[in-house]
Amino acid sequence: MKKFFTSKMKKSNWLVYAGVILAFVVFQVMSGTGALSSTMEGQLVPVCAYVVMALSLNLTVGVLGELSLGHAGFMSIGAFTGAVTAAALEGAIPNSGLRLLVAMIMGALLAAVAGVLVGVPVLRLRGDYLAIVTLAFGEIIKSIITNLYIGMDSTGLHCSFLNLNFTMQDGKMLLNGPMGVTGIEKISTFLSGFLLIMVTLVIIFNLVNSRSGRAIMALRDNRIAAESVGINVTKYKLMGFVISASLAGAAGTLFALSQNTIMANKFDFNTSILVLVFVVLGGLGRMWGSIIAAATLTVLPELLREFSDYRMLVYAIVLILIMLATNNPTLKGWFARIFKRKGAEKE
Amino acid sequence: MKKFAKIVCLLTVLVMALCCFAGCGEKTNDAIKLGGTGPLTGGAAIYGNAVNNAAKIAVEEINALGGIQFEVKYEDDTHDPEKAVNAYNSLMDWNMQICLGSVTTKPGEATSVEANEDHIFYLTPSASSANVLGGVADPLTGVVDVERKDNVFQMCFMDPSQGKASAEYISSQKLGEKIAIIYKNDEVYSTGIYNSFKLEAEALGLNIVSTTTFTDDTDTDFSVQVAAAKDAGADLVFLPMYYEYAALILKEAKDIGYAPKFFGVDGMDGILTMDGFDTSLAEGVMLLTPFNADAEDERTKAFVAKYQEEYGEIPNQFAADAYDCVYAIYQALDEGEALKNEDGTYNYDITATELCDMLIEAFTASDFTFSGLTGENMTWTADGAVSKTPKGMVIQNGAYVGM
Repeated sequence: MKKFFTSKMKKSNWLVYAGVILAFVVFQVMSGTGALSSTMEGQLVPVCAYVVMALSLNLTVGVLGELSLGHAGFMSIGAFTGAVTAAALEGAIPNSGLRLLVAMIMGALLAAVAGVLVGVPVLRLRGDYLAIVTLAFGEIIKSIITNLYIGMDSTGLHCSFLNLNFTMQDGKMLLNGPMGVTGIEKISTFLSGFLLIMVTLVIIFNLVNSRSGRAIMALRDNRIAAESVGINVTKYKLMGFVISASLAGAAGTLFALSQNTIMANKFDFNTSILVLVFVVLGGLGRMWGSIIAAATLTVLPELLREFSDYRMLVYAIVLILIMLATNNPTLKGWFARIFKRKGAEKE
Repeated sequence: MKKFAKIVCLLTVLVMALCCFAGCGEKTNDAIKLGGTGPLTGGAAIYGNAVNNAAKIAVEEINALGGIQFEVKYEDDTHDPEKAVNAYNSLMDWNMQICLGSVTTKPGEATSVEANEDHIFYLTPSASSANVLGGVADPLTGVVDVERKDNVFQMCFMDPSQGKASAEYISSQKLGEKIAIIYKNDEVYSTGIYNSFKLEAEALGLNIVSTTTFTDDTDTDFSVQVAAAKDAGADLVFLPMYYEYAALILKEAKDIGYAPKFFGVDGMDGILTMDGFDTSLAEGVMLLTPFNADAEDERTKAFVAKYQEEYGEIPNQFAADAYDCVYAIYQALDEGEALKNEDGTYNYDITATELCDMLIEAFTASDFTFSGLTGENMTWTADGAVSKTPKGMVIQNGAYVGM
C-alpha cells in the first residue's frame, strides 16, 4: 500500500483526480449559489463531454501512438445511439439517471463495435493508415446517420434507410434523417459528466499502469523491439483503440443528452480536428493537459464574445500563444525560476 | 524579485479589468433589449449579417422617432445549434427582454426550446422548420415530434407550407408536365420543403420524373443531377434550396444545353445580387418569395436605399424579414404606448416574462394585422405560423416581375 502512494507515477494520477474533484465541487457550489452566468452554466455538461473526448483521443494518439482523424465519428455513434435509446426507453425507465446510464452504455458499446470494425483491418498495417481510414470513417458515419430514419409508436420500432417509408399513428420520430434528433429530453447533468470523467480517468490510468498498458506503450516506442519480445501487435493496438472508441461513444451520449437537438453534420471532420487540437495542446500522453486544454478551449470562444467580430481571430492568436508558451525553453526556465524562488521564500 | 512583483501587478490589473466587466449588468435599462443569434461568421454568414444589419436599421429608425427606444444585439452562432445555445445564454446574461430568435433553422430549433423554458417572446425572421414552432405534424409520418412552444412565432413561411404552396401553384398554373426535383438532403430547410412538395404533388397528380440530391460535401458540382433531369425529359425543375447552389445548377444546365423552366422558393431570393453571377442565366426562373427588392412601394424603396447606403449591397429576403420582425414587435407594443408610464416615460425595466405574455396576447389577437416589406395584412394564430400570401415572381431582364 505504501508503495502504491509513493510511486511517482501514481502521485501525479492522484493529483489529477483531486484536481477534477476540486473543480467539480467549486463549479457545483457556484452553480448552486447562482454565481455562475447563464453562459457558463450552459457549458458545464458540454465541457465534460469534450474533456472525455480529449482523454479518449489522448489514449489513441498519446499512449497508443496512432493518429485518428475521425474521433468525432465515434462520438456521433454514441450521440445518436444514446439519444435514440434514451427516447425509446422513456416509458420503460422513468428514472432519468438510470436511463442516462443505459443510454451511455449502449452508446459506448456500439462505438466499440465500430472501433473493432475499423481497427481489425487497419491496425495490422504499419504507417499512417489509421489516420486515412478514420478520416473516411467519420464521413461514412455522417452519411449513414443522415439517411437513417427511426420511429417508435405503440406497435413498436420502425426503421428505414435512404427514404422515410413508414407512417405512424402515434408515438414520435426518434431519428429523422437529415433533420437529426429533435425534442431531446436533457437528462445529462453536471454530476453525470463529472462521474464520466472520473470513470474515464480510472480506466485510462489503470490501463496505462497495467501489463497491457506497458505493452501498448512499448509498441508505440519501438514496434520491432516489442514484437521481438513476443508482444501481439494487433491485439494490443486493438485493445487501446477500442477502449478509446467506446469512451468517445459515452462522451457522445453525454453530449447529445445535454442538447436540444443534434444533427449528423455536427460531428464532422472539424470536430475531430478540434479534439485533436485539445490533445496536442495539452500534450501527448499527458491526461491532465488534455483536461485543461479541452475545458479552456471550449469555454474560451464564449469568453471572447466581448471582442465580437474579432472573436475567432483572437481565439487563433491565443492558440498560437499557448503553443509558443508551452514549448518555449526560455519561458519554461522563467516559470521554473519563479516557482523555485517561491519555494525558497517559504522556507 | 522584481519580476515576481511585476507578475503580481499584472495579475491585479487583470482581475480588476474582469471586475469591470462583471459590473456592467447592474445599471437600469434605457431601452428595450432585443437579442438574436445568427451566423455572423462562417459559411452561412451572409444570412446572419443580412439579418443583423436590417434589424439595426429598423431599430435606428424607430429610435429616431423619439418614442420608445430599442437596443439590438446579435451574437454569433456559426450556424451550430450548440453554439447557438451558448450565444442565447450570453444574451440572457445581457438581460435580453425580447428574442429575435435564430437566423438559421437548426440553431432555431435549439434556441426556441431555451426561450420556451425561460418564457421569453421569440419571433424568428427566418428559422423556418416546423419544429421551431412545435406542435406541427410531420407531413410524412403524421406525428408531432416537438410540442408546441407557445411563445415562438415565425415571420417567414414554414417549410411544409412553402412546399405545399409551390406544388399548388405549379399545378394550378400548369407550369410543367414532367417535374424534376433537386434538393439538399442533409439540410432541414431543403428536405422539409421537398417532403411536403412531394406529398402535395402526388395528391394533385403532378408527374415527378426525377429526384436527385446533394449534400454539404457535394454542393459544388451538379452535372449528375442536371443530366438526370435532362435524361428524364423534365420540362420543369423544382429547386427547393438556397440560391448559391441554384446558381451552379443554372450554369450547369446552360452548359449542357438544357433549358427547362426552373422553379424556386424563398431561398432563391438573392440570386440576382450574388457576386459574379451572370444574371442572364436566371432569365425565366420562377420563384415564390414574400419579398422583392425591386418592388415599387415606398417602404421597400426606402429600406433598400438605406440598406444599400449603409452596407453597400442589395438586401435579401432575410434582411426584409428581420426588418419586419422589429416593426411587428414595435406595432404589437402599440408603438410603445403599451409600456408608457403615467409620467410619459417608458417602463424599460419590465421583465421578459411580462413582455412575453403581453406580446403573445397582442400577436394572437384577432384584430392584429401587420403590413411590412414581406407582405400585407399578415396575421398570426396561436400555432405561431404567419399567414401571408407568397408572391409568384419570374425573372425577366435581370429583375423580378410579378406573375
